[in-house]
Amino acid sequence: MFTKGKALLAMFVTGLLLAPTMAFAAGGGGAPIVMVADTRKLTGIMAWWANLYNESHLYFTIMTVILIPLIGVIFGVLADIIMHFIGIDLKSRDLAEH
Amino acid sequence: MEWLYILMPIAGVKIFWPGLIILGIGVGVIGGFFGMGGAWMVTPGLNILGFPMAFAIGTDIAHMAGKSLISTMRHGKFGNVDYKLGFIMLFGTVAGFEVGAQMIMWLERIGKVDMVVRWIYLLLLAFITWMVFTDVARRKAKDRAAIAAGQEVDKNATGLEWHKALHKIKIPPMVHLNVAGIYCSAWLPIAVSFFTGWLAGILGIGGGLIRMPSLIYLVGCPTHVAVGTDLFEVAISGLYGAASYTYKGRTELVAAIIMLIGAAMGAQVGAVATKYIKGYGIRIAFGLAVIGCAISVFLKLLPVYVPSVATICDVIATYMILGLVSALALYITVKMVQGAKHELAMKKAKA
Repeated sequence: MFTKGKALLAMFVTGLLLAPTMAFAAGGGGAPIVMVADTRKLTGIMAWWANLYNESHLYFTIMTVILIPLIGVIFGVLADIIMHFIGIDLKSRDLAEH
Repeated sequence: MEWLYILMPIAGVKIFWPGLIILGIGVGVIGGFFGMGGAWMVTPGLNILGFPMAFAIGTDIAHMAGKSLISTMRHGKFGNVDYKLGFIMLFGTVAGFEVGAQMIMWLERIGKVDMVVRWIYLLLLAFITWMVFTDVARRKAKDRAAIAAGQEVDKNATGLEWHKALHKIKIPPMVHLNVAGIYCSAWLPIAVSFFTGWLAGILGIGGGLIRMPSLIYLVGCPTHVAVGTDLFEVAISGLYGAASYTYKGRTELVAAIIMLIGAAMGAQVGAVATKYIKGYGIRIAFGLAVIGCAISVFLKLLPVYVPSVATICDVIATYMILGLVSALALYITVKMVQGAKHELAMKKAKA
């Protein structure tokens, strides 16, 4: 179990470290269309987010690649806690069929 | 009711946010259960909610990466993920995907891309459907024969046994895949992942729909391990896809996060449901999902030959996909609740 945890952690850290490289690599085949977010109706964090998009797609990409796994893990762990509280065994599976 | 709508900062459209959560829960449950991203289900759903198609694809891929990561962690705890197999397959998947994407560019240049892609997709789905149900029928025939002969039914028996022939190929290096219980040439998973990656690259999909049955029928994984290992692949390729689409400016992260709230919870339900459903039960449900997908692709292809039915085909395809998502998610959730109730009752009886 410990080894699997380490493997997953290593995968996550590698993903984070490679995020800028992947973002650069991903940019190669993009269509030559400039898209701009309309920030006039936005305020607060939404306006900041749209401005980040307009200013640099690279930083926007890095933020996205970091936020998606992070938020996924937070809500996944929350679901884990709820199911554990109900009493479901979350560590083993009895069925062993092909 | 204005509070039920949220203005998307990048796409600039107002979206009914509870719809995003419901869609997220539905595809989360199905993805965690079958081991696939489910782009063919999410994209039309987002389109209905009001997203332009380009944003629908990017947003779908972004939420898929987070959802698959959660499912992988859950399946990992159940012992359903063969990380060694997953890492070996990554090489083939990436190389195959790039070759497929290059072929698409070539097809675009000669102007045949849409037709070729849709026909390949349809034939592939028909083949997967045939494979799944032939396997189920042969397995049932084996069970019946064992009962008729007065023998005990072998729980590990399989219908189609193509993997046994492929395991006889002994090209070094040979690898032990302990979680999957396989000893084979490392070239087998690399070749299979190259092939599935190539198809995914040509079809422009994540590849779970092809990789999951390939892991079962070609590599020889037990169903639960195929689901878990496939999710591991989807998580990594989804993250790459998210980076790619976001850099091209086609991801609406606010929508992806709202979907992820539902999908992360749903993915846990789907993954836990595999605890209570036998391997062949998962295969049959998967076969039904593939049929639904094939019909929707057919409905998209039909207007090319009969343009007058374009609108009606589009409406039918969209609602059929959403109906299928709802029905499958409901079935899996009910099975999960029934299984959990049974487990809790057994625990109580033991105490």
